[in-house]
Amino acid sequence: MLKKDLVIIGAGPAGLAAVLSAYNHGIRDILILERESFLGGILNQCIHNGFGLHIFKAELTGPEYAARYIEKIHEAGIEYWLDTMVIDLSKTRKITAMNETRGVIEIQAKAVVLAMGCRERTRGALNIPGFRPSGIFSAGTAQKYVNIDGYLPGREIVILGSGDIGLIMARRLTLEGAKVKMVLEIMPYSGGLKRNIVQCLDDYGIPLKLSHTIVNIHGKDRITGITYAKVDKNLEVIAGTEEYVSCDTLLLSVGLIPENELSRKAGVSINKMTQGPLVANNLETSVPGVYACGNVLHVHDLVDYVSEEAEEAGKSAALHILAKDRHDGMIKVQAGRGIRYTVPSAIDPEAIDKFVIIRFRVDNVYERASLMVRFDNDLVSNKEKRILTPGEMEQVILPKAWFTSRKDAESIIIEVGKE
Amino acid sequence: MFDTIIIGAGVIGCSIAAELAKYDLKIAVIEKNSDVCEETSKANSGIAHSGYDAMPGSLKAKYNVKGNKMMAEYCSRLHVPFRQNGSLVIAFDQREIKKLELLKAQGVKNGVDGLIILGKDEALKLEPNLNPEIAAAMYAPTGGVVDPFQLTIAPAEIASQNGVEFFFRTTVLSLHKENDIFMVDTDHGIFQTRTIVNAAGVFSDDLNNMVSRHQRTIKPRKGEYCLFDKQVGSLVGATIFQVPTEKGKGVLVTPTAEGNLLVGPNSELDDQKEDTMTTAAGIKYVLSTAARTIPDIPKAFIITGFAGLRASEIDGDFVLGEAEDVPGFFNALGIESPGLTSAPAIAIDMATWVSDRLKAKKRSGYDPVRKPVHRFDSLSLADKQLLYQQDHEYGRVICRCEVVTLAEIKDAIHRPLGATTVDGVKRRTRAGSGRCQGGFCSPRVLEILASELKKDIRKIAKASEKSTFLVGLDKDLL
Repeated sequence: MLKKDLVIIGAGPAGLAAVLSAYNHGIRDILILERESFLGGILNQCIHNGFGLHIFKAELTGPEYAARYIEKIHEAGIEYWLDTMVIDLSKTRKITAMNETRGVIEIQAKAVVLAMGCRERTRGALNIPGFRPSGIFSAGTAQKYVNIDGYLPGREIVILGSGDIGLIMARRLTLEGAKVKMVLEIMPYSGGLKRNIVQCLDDYGIPLKLSHTIVNIHGKDRITGITYAKVDKNLEVIAGTEEYVSCDTLLLSVGLIPENELSRKAGVSINKMTQGPLVANNLETSVPGVYACGNVLHVHDLVDYVSEEAEEAGKSAALHILAKDRHDGMIKVQAGRGIRYTVPSAIDPEAIDKFVIIRFRVDNVYERASLMVRFDNDLVSNKEKRILTPGEMEQVILPKAWFTSRKDAESIIIEVGKE
Repeated sequence: MFDTIIIGAGVIGCSIAAELAKYDLKIAVIEKNSDVCEETSKANSGIAHSGYDAMPGSLKAKYNVKGNKMMAEYCSRLHVPFRQNGSLVIAFDQREIKKLELLKAQGVKNGVDGLIILGKDEALKLEPNLNPEIAAAMYAPTGGVVDPFQLTIAPAEIASQNGVEFFFRTTVLSLHKENDIFMVDTDHGIFQTRTIVNAAGVFSDDLNNMVSRHQRTIKPRKGEYCLFDKQVGSLVGATIFQVPTEKGKGVLVTPTAEGNLLVGPNSELDDQKEDTMTTAAGIKYVLSTAARTIPDIPKAFIITGFAGLRASEIDGDFVLGEAEDVPGFFNALGIESPGLTSAPAIAIDMATWVSDRLKAKKRSGYDPVRKPVHRFDSLSLADKQLLYQQDHEYGRVICRCEVVTLAEIKDAIHRPLGATTVDGVKRRTRAGSGRCQGGFCSPRVLEILASELKKDIRKIAKASEKSTFLVGLDKDLL
């Protein structure tokens, strides 16, 4: 059996940042396993700009952002296998992988970083009624056809869901010559970033219909149209508001699901809210020596934060391999009022360098609210927020100093303060 | 001129084709869709029913029990995924327990082996996720789950490799008899044949009524389903029914032969024969009714929904055999549930009747062996390595959710009666039938189909010719 100190599963933005971080912390015996034919993951098809503002202070396209990491991987001479699928991962970090040149191979790793990313939610998961014609694509699949393969998937497009990929694709398809008729969003607020609404819809006159959903899909061969309707506060369709719009393409941008089938095989505990592993602040999962970062952990809006998180995971994996990691006195992190989940869900105060970042999403739109951080009953921070929306990931930064006198706290609670 | 034309390439038509191919006959199968298994055969529960349901003495009872007894050997010989997982019918009160007893007596009359009534505790021990409110259950150990796609594709391949000609995308417009020859008028010209087997599913009444004075009426009943991620596929071990009503066997909860969880169907009369639309009300009904069987239906794990039409004949039974007023015209009409289970048994009798009418002899050189189907993911590590040594393309995963390799997809395309569409690849290999529903692999499957079939990728379709994926190159419309 092949032996490696560190195996990184997935060479998207999370995997790439994790691997460089581990390398910079002294790990050399590394293998990256990537199922696609290139490094960089989904960044390769994200040819729009807006990446790297936070980390590189530059406005990069997806491929440019990935290239900054890939160059360093090449410089460091880190080994990677492409077109390689990991089909099994055990509790003891034994990996089974396969590819065309090596067949099925087992690899024993001292540490594993899970960086498999996420997949798009499907029509079936939403139970959208109607026929099952062609012409229904997830936004990311359409993005691959247009940006990688050079093909146009349709002429007249309706987009369901205002997730970022859907918004980006509304603009892209318009630029490529298609007519994007509307974007429908069941919630009373958008699921994407504000800047994408402005730059991808408003600038092109594409209507965003909030509190609307699809109630029927027409066409037996290729989709010919959809019926959409308004929904009430409980997201139930309001009878009598149905309208028909013709289209030959329906794009779905209705959410992302972390791809944790492999994590589950290894027995990693999963957070029901994020569908990602439960992790401590060093990004270690419930299985010792197995770390998670990026969209496999929880769905991010900005790749910069993925990279930042992944660096932490890579460093932790390195410390584990060098037997420098510590495990004691964990403080639980709780999602309080208005918070859907937090990552991490536990913090080891001893493992904090200078500060620890807690990332989370709120469960609704809150205006003129605040974000409160409490150590048990002790309110340590209460920061004013003009607006909080579920479409934008939030974070609070907890400096190490806050922990010095509060090491015995049972939990840290993040919650939304009164409006 | 054909000796026999089978109209309809569903599980019934294809099973009959494979049986009839044993005889020295020139046979064609005419199908309006692009592939076999495109209508009711693709959208059903995938159950090999044990046979307690049908009225004693009915054709349904006879062929169900016979088909069920054939199924294990038949499927293992033809590489069709099948598991005898047993069925449970659950009862909630004394009234329903009485019904279970009637059902059991009926099953015994039909010749079903091993039926037993279990008390609440025994049933819950067998299926811990069952609703704890149940009072009793009937266990049918011979119930099974079968892959309905492979159960159709396998005999179609056997038929094809033994010389049966398949004409796809060919719709029958009218039928009549001139002297002793049937004229089958289609949108691709007229076919002449000495006999016809009518296996046209929900349209079989229309065909019958074109030639026979004994008019038949199919009233389609729609059934809608939700299919769940394999992650929750072992929520139940057996196939679980509630006590049947006049509408049929009701909503079941079952693992599929491939390891998913399947919930459905409802049963709604439908006046349209092509209405395979799912509805919000239907899915809601199915899920809420299933919750009576399994209180915690894991709705977050639904990966797709679909609907199929049962070809219900108004008299309630299968109509099998030669039309009394049209010699040479054979009906396999009104084949609704338990049609899937009955198919192998119906095929044997139908082939006998047709060959007798044509006074045909068995021919030599019939090849009953299906080219093996290698499902890489289901093999042991050692077998995987062995297969990889034979063909390195078994190392290349195309569909990540179902772990389907390049070699498997190429095989599906180049097999007898190979796949020409994305749905065809999906039903033969499972590529695209997993949790991402083809999100990741469909662009690759399109490419592979285009290059293997030497076609323009823009012409590759989901199923019918019009159901293509790509309309042009970027900026074509500018």
